[in-house]
This record gives sequence, C-alpha cells and structure tokens, in this order.
Amino acid sequence: MTDIPRRDPRTEWILRNRLHPQYDEMVAVNSGPVRGPTGLLRKNPHAVGFIGPNGIKRIDRSAGLTGGAGGLSSRAKGRSAQAEVELPMHRVEQPDFYVAVVVDLAGGRLSSHDKDVLGQAHQLVKAAEGEGAVVAVALGEAREANFDKAGADRMVHLTEVYGQSLTGYCPEHKLAVLEAVESELAPRYWLFPDSVHGGADLGSRLAARLSERPVVHAWQVDADHSVCRGGSQLTDWHRPTARVILLAEECALPIDETRHEAKPIELASIPKVTPRIEDLGQVEVDPSKIALGEAEFILSAGNGVRDWSQFHEVATALGATEGASRVAVDDGNMPRFRQVGATGTWVTARVYVAVGISGAIQHMQGIGRCDKVVAINLDDGCDMIKRADLSVIGNSQGILGELLRLAESRQSGTELESPKATAESTEEDRHVA
Amino acid sequence: MSPDSFPNSFSNPDLKVASLISVGQHPKSGRARRASQDARAVELGLKMAGSSSRLIHVGGGDETGLRQYLGMGLPEITLLEADGRADAVPILVRHLKEQPADIVLTGIHAERGEASGMVPYLLAEYLGWPIVPRIADIQKVEEGFAEVLQALPRGQRRLLRVSLPFIATVDNAAPDARQYAFGPARRGLMDGVAVDAPVDETRLEWQESPAKPRPKRLNVVKAKSAADRFKAATAKPQGQGGKVIRDGTDREKAEAIMELLIAEGVVR
Repeated sequence: MTDIPRRDPRTEWILRNRLHPQYDEMVAVNSGPVRGPTGLLRKNPHAVGFIGPNGIKRIDRSAGLTGGAGGLSSRAKGRSAQAEVELPMHRVEQPDFYVAVVVDLAGGRLSSHDKDVLGQAHQLVKAAEGEGAVVAVALGEAREANFDKAGADRMVHLTEVYGQSLTGYCPEHKLAVLEAVESELAPRYWLFPDSVHGGADLGSRLAARLSERPVVHAWQVDADHSVCRGGSQLTDWHRPTARVILLAEECALPIDETRHEAKPIELASIPKVTPRIEDLGQVEVDPSKIALGEAEFILSAGNGVRDWSQFHEVATALGATEGASRVAVDDGNMPRFRQVGATGTWVTARVYVAVGISGAIQHMQGIGRCDKVVAINLDDGCDMIKRADLSVIGNSQGILGELLRLAESRQSGTELESPKATAESTEEDRHVA
Repeated sequence: MSPDSFPNSFSNPDLKVASLISVGQHPKSGRARRASQDARAVELGLKMAGSSSRLIHVGGGDETGLRQYLGMGLPEITLLEADGRADAVPILVRHLKEQPADIVLTGIHAERGEASGMVPYLLAEYLGWPIVPRIADIQKVEEGFAEVLQALPRGQRRLLRVSLPFIATVDNAAPDARQYAFGPARRGLMDGVAVDAPVDETRLEWQESPAKPRPKRLNVVKAKSAADRFKAATAKPQGQGGKVIRDGTDREKAEAIMELLIAEGVVR
C-alpha cells in the first residue's frame, strides 16, 4: 500500500450535494478531520450551524454566552446549557491500587484545602502505572460535601464508630478507622491536609503508628520527589516522596473537569479502642478576647452609630467580637486595635455585620475574605450595601435596639417570632448566598 | 508515681513535668534564640510544677539559644549530647523511661531543620502515652487525669480530659513566655551527658535549600471560545447584590438579620 491519498469522486460528489439521499450517511462516515490531497486539513463550511425555523442556515458564534435575548434557537441553547452542567464521568471499575485522602471536613464541608489534596491524589494516580482509585476518607458529619465533583472515586464515610460520634475530637477512634482502611485497602499513598483542623494531627498519628516517615508541609509532590517547607518557612527540603504525605495549601489544582463515582466502601471490621482522651466539648470563649484577625463573627461600628453603650450591649448579647471603621476609631469611640481595614486588621470572619459603615475602599479591602456581610445603613447607595449579602436600610439605633431585644429573648428562651416567616426568610438568605 | 496524691492546685512540686526544648531562630535575622512555642511550653511547665520542672534537650549545646530557657528561672538543663545528625527520638524514649514524667510538654514544630512535628507523636507511640496536640492551658490535674484546654482555629477552645502520663504540644495561643533574665541564664547549669545516638541515615540523603517563594495561584479562566475569554477579561464581576430590605419596621429588619445569624450558626 502506498500512502498516496486516493480520491473517491463519487463520494465527493455526494458530499457536495446537500440534497442527495445518501448525503447524511456520507457525512457521518467522513466526520472528523478531513485531509485534502496534500494532507492539508480541510474545514467543511457546511457542517457548522443549523437550519433555522424558516429553512435558513443559522450560525451561532456566541457559544451560548449572550443571555438568550432571542438570537439563539432553542436547540443551540439546550446544547450549550447541557455542556455546562454535565461533566464527563471518570469511572474506575477494577482499581489496581488505592490512594487514600483523609479530608478534614471542617464544619462538615470540604474546604479548598481538602479539594487541593484530592487534586494532588489524582495527579499521583495519573503518574503511576495501572488504574488507581482515590478513596476519600470522611470521618464525621458532612453537609453539602460534593465528593463526586471534588474527585472521590471511592468513599469511606463514617459518622460514628461503636456508638462514638466522630464529629468531636476523638483521634484514637479515627486512627482505628484509618488502620482498618490500611489493612483492607493497603493504599499506596496516604494524603492528609497539613491543617490545624485535625489533618496534621491525624496524619502524624497514622505515620507514627505505621512507622512511616511522613512528608510534611509538602507543597510540590510527584511520584518520586517532594519539596517541603522547613522550620520557620525559611528552608525547602528536597526528598523522596514517602507513603504518608501531609500537604500544604494550594499544593495542586482541584478537580474541576470530571465527575467521580464516590462509590461507598464498607469496612469489614474496625479495631475497638479504649480512648484515653475524652472530649468535654467546646468552652465558651469571651469574644472580646479573640483576636480580630481570626474572629468568626464581628459586629463592626462606623460613623452611623450614635449610642455606643447600646452597640457594646448588642455585641455582648450576640457573642460577637467588636470591630470598628477608621472614623469610629479616630473619633475615640473605639480603641485602635479594633480597627478593621487595610490600615487596621484584615479580618477573616465568616459573618461580618457592618453598622453604619458606608464602606471606604480601605475598609472593603480589609473585609475581602469575609463570607457573609450584613449591612445596616441609612444610605442605600453606599458601597457596603453593594457588597453585602443582606442589607437593611434604616436607623441603626432602632434596629440595634430590636436586635438586642431579640437576642435577649432568645437567651431567656422565649420565642417571639412567628415560625412561618422565619423559615421563608432563611430560605431566601440561602438563595442569596 | 502515685497520681492520686496530686492536690488540685498548681505549682505542685510532686508533679513531674518535663519540657522538651530546642534552639529556635529569629524569623528575620536567623539568630539563635529560644523557640517561641517551646518557651511557652516551659512557661506552662513553670506554672504547673514551679522550678522543679525539667528541661530536656538533645543535641549539641548551642549556648546562646539554650541559655535563654535557663533565664526563665530554672536551675538546669538536662543536655543529652548527641551529634547534630542524630535521631532524637530513641534517646528521648530511653531517657523518659529511665526518668519518668507525668506530663511532657513541647512545641508543635521546631523552628529549624525539617520541623516535621513528629517527635511528640513518635514518643507517644513508643511510650504508649496519649498525645494532645495544640494545647493552650492545663486547667487541673487530679486523680490521674488532667483537664486540658485545646486551642482551636478562630480563637475557640475545647476542653479535653486525658489520663496521665501524657504528651502535649503547646500552641501559640498559650500564655506568652516570660522574659528571660541574663544573670540566671549565665548561672544555670548545662552539663552535657554524652549518649550514643544512631545517625539519622535517611535524612542525610535529603537536600536543604533556602525557601523558594511559592508560585501564587492565578485565577485561570477556562474559556472555550474567544468571546468567553474576552468577557472574562473585560466584564465587571456581577455584584450579586444581596437582599436589600428597605421597607418594614425595625422589628422585621432585626428579625431578618437574626435569621441570617442563626442560619450561619454564629448565634446559638
């Protein structure tokens, strides 16, 4: 056989004629890249677009981006919408080996750190010979954790062991579960997020139990070689990759192009342990003692606050850490270490309530990492209202007074509000998020 | 050891507290100093057992760094002299078996070297003791149990009850270490005991280099078409503009805020 391309004039003739009865078959056969006689890639201009309702050919070059104002046919719209939602499914039928990832599930959710570690696990699977499966080991309650989208091929999800809930601090029980996973699946790698939420603790425990020397603070890992941060973040250690790996944040890109099966695995037996550490629960902490930079819930006051004693009362009743804008600090109403913003403290609160703060850019930078922002303000055009998830327009004094009354009635255990309105607005708040 | 005899008060000389200390380094100048977490562990040891708490160090005697611990008011350091490349864990296990302690305190990570933070875990594994990581305080010790306050992220605390003897690593949330004094630091005893220590062979193969700045993660737009990319580059991010409540009484507005606070779980 020679590699001179042979032409088939009859096929070409049919392909040129859209009305030929055999046209569709021929197109189907010849779909894919078509090469010309010189090997040049030929584009079929007739293959693009679709026939519109009037029999006129339409070519949609917007790729479904124009908000559907009428230019798109329903067929094109459906296609692009589908392409957005349906990610290809990555299946592992018969895994040759496993890579175990123990996720933190801080607050019941997969953190970005957890997702990065799952992404790293898939990189290790890809680099190895044979077909591997990533096992996500989740210990404790999970809420809206999309393990399939985060890249878990298999799941070991336990919320309790021998009647002991795994949600609190129970490293000995968790270690027993990990040992059961080790004996049943014998994972090639154990990956942990090197985090304060328990990943570093559990990883060190497992490494000590298995007599493996772990790779810690690893930020660049492949199958043979790892780079780890040393003490005080001043050195890098280049070393061979070990079996137990504690990964730093942003070690790898998370999975975002595939879905995974997240098929549950049942553990046959979990060794029973008698714990020597008993969790007596979280302790009430005085919110004013928590450093502003790491407080979870901040009630922040600005120029719009007049009644300062009321503001302090509300903060105490809600159990919020107090913050302030620069104006409030400059006027002497709040101490300097309470100032939030680029010139003060950069806060990371989950919920930030801004009372009478219009939102100077320095302040907005300082609250850039807050999840939920609530604004109470008189001016409904200010920057803080644009940023906030829930904004309330009104006089801060009156609203704070009502808030104080609500918080106090809640503490004393008397419910004042009607439950129906409650449920609806909660639902709406979630949609806003 | 008779744990039942510990009364419920502090600075208890019957309680055997040992702190494992290392030489730290200043984060900017790199000068040797006491390690900040280890110093907090020593501070906690002083609170628990007064000046009868022990200091243990394995390695060569780096004078300037170690003497700062003595300046905190302790008479001596048990210096187990070993080569810098030696593995500290077997030495410490042997030492703690010979001279047992009820509570062993140390920092979370060292400030030099690999700083894996594995030493307390390995000690706990070999000695068969429980380990409590990241503690902020020890509240009381009685009847063979200690109530320990563990530091959680975001300034939260958790109370744990753990049986003696145990190992604990001390978080930065623990009370600051006291200032050290120059005179006691000079006077303190630091007599080395030479111990035979196996060299940590695996570690010798690793390479150490100054830390390279880590690449920042960029927001890569995975756009399929040119129009998509153009839009991602130019379009202003749509202000999702949350819910705005303009009308209604103060009461309703306050209720809306309260709902969000409860739904987020910050008000219990």
